[in-house]
Amino acid sequence: MKAVAMPTVSRVAVCGGTHGNELAGVYLVRERLKRRADGTEPVSVVTVMSNPRAVQLCVRYVETDLNRCFTRATLSAPVSETSPYEMIRSQELNALLGPKGSAQAVDLLCDLHNTTANTGLCLITYSDCDWICLHICKHLQREMASTPVRYVHFDIPLNEAYSLDSVGKHGFAMEIGPQPHSVVRSVIFSAMQEGVQLMMDWICQFNSGTLFEGGWVDVYTMVKNIDYPRDSETHVITAAVHPNLQDRDFCLLHPGDPMFLSFSGETLRYKGKEALYPFFINEGAYYEKGIALSLARKRRVEIPSVLVNKH
Amino acid sequence: MSSRTNISCLQEAARVAIFGGTHGNEMSGITLVNMWIQNSAEIERNGLLIKPFISNPRAVEKCSRYIDTDLNRAFTPENLSAPDVEGLPYEVQRAKEINRMFGPKGSADAYDVIFDLHNTTSNMGSTLILESSTDLFNLQMVHYIKKAMAPHTCSVLLNEHPQLKYSTTRSVAKHPVGLEVGPQPQGVLRSNVFESMRTILKHALDFIELFNSGVTFPPCTVDVFRVQERMDYPRDTNGNITAMVHPHLQDCDWEPLNRGDPMFLTFDGRTVLYEGANTVYPTFINEAAYYEKQQAFMTTGREILAANAIRKACK
Repeated sequence: MKAVAMPTVSRVAVCGGTHGNELAGVYLVRERLKRRADGTEPVSVVTVMSNPRAVQLCVRYVETDLNRCFTRATLSAPVSETSPYEMIRSQELNALLGPKGSAQAVDLLCDLHNTTANTGLCLITYSDCDWICLHICKHLQREMASTPVRYVHFDIPLNEAYSLDSVGKHGFAMEIGPQPHSVVRSVIFSAMQEGVQLMMDWICQFNSGTLFEGGWVDVYTMVKNIDYPRDSETHVITAAVHPNLQDRDFCLLHPGDPMFLSFSGETLRYKGKEALYPFFINEGAYYEKGIALSLARKRRVEIPSVLVNKH
Repeated sequence: MSSRTNISCLQEAARVAIFGGTHGNEMSGITLVNMWIQNSAEIERNGLLIKPFISNPRAVEKCSRYIDTDLNRAFTPENLSAPDVEGLPYEVQRAKEINRMFGPKGSADAYDVIFDLHNTTSNMGSTLILESSTDLFNLQMVHYIKKAMAPHTCSVLLNEHPQLKYSTTRSVAKHPVGLEVGPQPQGVLRSNVFESMRTILKHALDFIELFNSGVTFPPCTVDVFRVQERMDYPRDTNGNITAMVHPHLQDCDWEPLNRGDPMFLTFDGRTVLYEGANTVYPTFINEAAYYEKQQAFMTTGREILAANAIRKACK
């Protein structure tokens, strides 16, 4: 593939506390704000605590999930004092860091998250051909010795993309697990700190004219979600994620493999025809969304060399 | 009488309750109790009244630890004797109701045993929590459970500390027993944690059935960890934590912590060491709910408690 010239990544946003109980991002944003990290780096960075009220209460959200409020429809809906807090906040963040889809939007938005699932570090984004995001992923994979780094792709068009990271021209959620909600684990915090630092390093090198050699990246594209087995009348869950599947994010799941262990001792197996990669296995916040795990297809994506286009 | 025939005769344990959802986001107990309310076959035992019960239904509905105040700290004499007025915190109302249904606390009419089911984000494994070092019935029961669970480890935490002891939901009963199983994130149900809790309860109910049938349990000893101190995170002047549990201490519940061992890691990478003179055994390391209670972990000391032989008293 020929080298691709891309514009400078001049303005970056680092956001944490989009979910108020995902604490590695909360503490990292607090530390950056304390140290006034913004302005000391060679690239223009703004650090934002996305959902301060939820952070204050140490809950995922106050009225509605902030990280589902960034669709075009929600961003352009009329708001009043009685609108849900997070809807008002999403429009504020869009004004500050966007507007989404416009030339004024930040060049790159990195939104910090934690999950109870054993995902390692994932960059989660809506594009499988965003060379900046893919190169950053490759850089983290190369440099982070003890943390698995993966690229997860949700194939959703920009208008329907619902998360904060979709506001930037380039963007991703940096998701690290496993960590319980409302807890900060030092290894997770350190991994997140390292991930953000490496991202900044890449951006600075890119902006100063470094050519990053192409190659390939494994991309996991979300295919479907699987809910817990539930009682048909009460809708109460009747099984837990099977011990053989628990904590095995990104280990290939074959048709017939155990998926759930019912409370009456029955093993329920994966009935799909295609072997897929499970992730977000047993994420605490997803019980209410009807998701026990998500399944992805993996494919190797070739990426070109990239070079900054200073013109 | 020789010591061989020194047997304590105790009252039959006729009424037993199993509480889930004292904290509305601790999912193993909630799931087990709801399951047993629907179908109690698994928990039925001869001659025993066993009541599964959701202690904080509003918190369970919301999947949060509590609504107004922690139910598991609410069973104080002041709260239990508070008049029925408007505006009482939900959990205080609930404590009074539970005290009416399963107590009154301290009286002859109280339930014999209450098992209160909890989960923790700490790596405590299966833990039984006792509030008294002289409750022979409870000591013999935990001894029985530990033997039955082997080789799976069951730790016993004893909280008899005058300042750190708290007024638990289960304290309404004559013989309160806490079951604490972790690690499990709040709001999450992990199959292995769920099954461990289920198995502990099975053995506990087996013991009570055997006891009620007249079996004599010989003298025994129980290894316990006795609560000593609460250790908070280092904090700044605004009360925000400035350090995290050190990676060397994280997940090392029940393992010895010695002077000079790493304890905390500040956000800017500095290690804070444990300075205590004696070896301690930390537990509840990095429990999510305890950040607001100013607790990073608890220190304990190892002790061996002895219990007399016991047998049900003849009528």
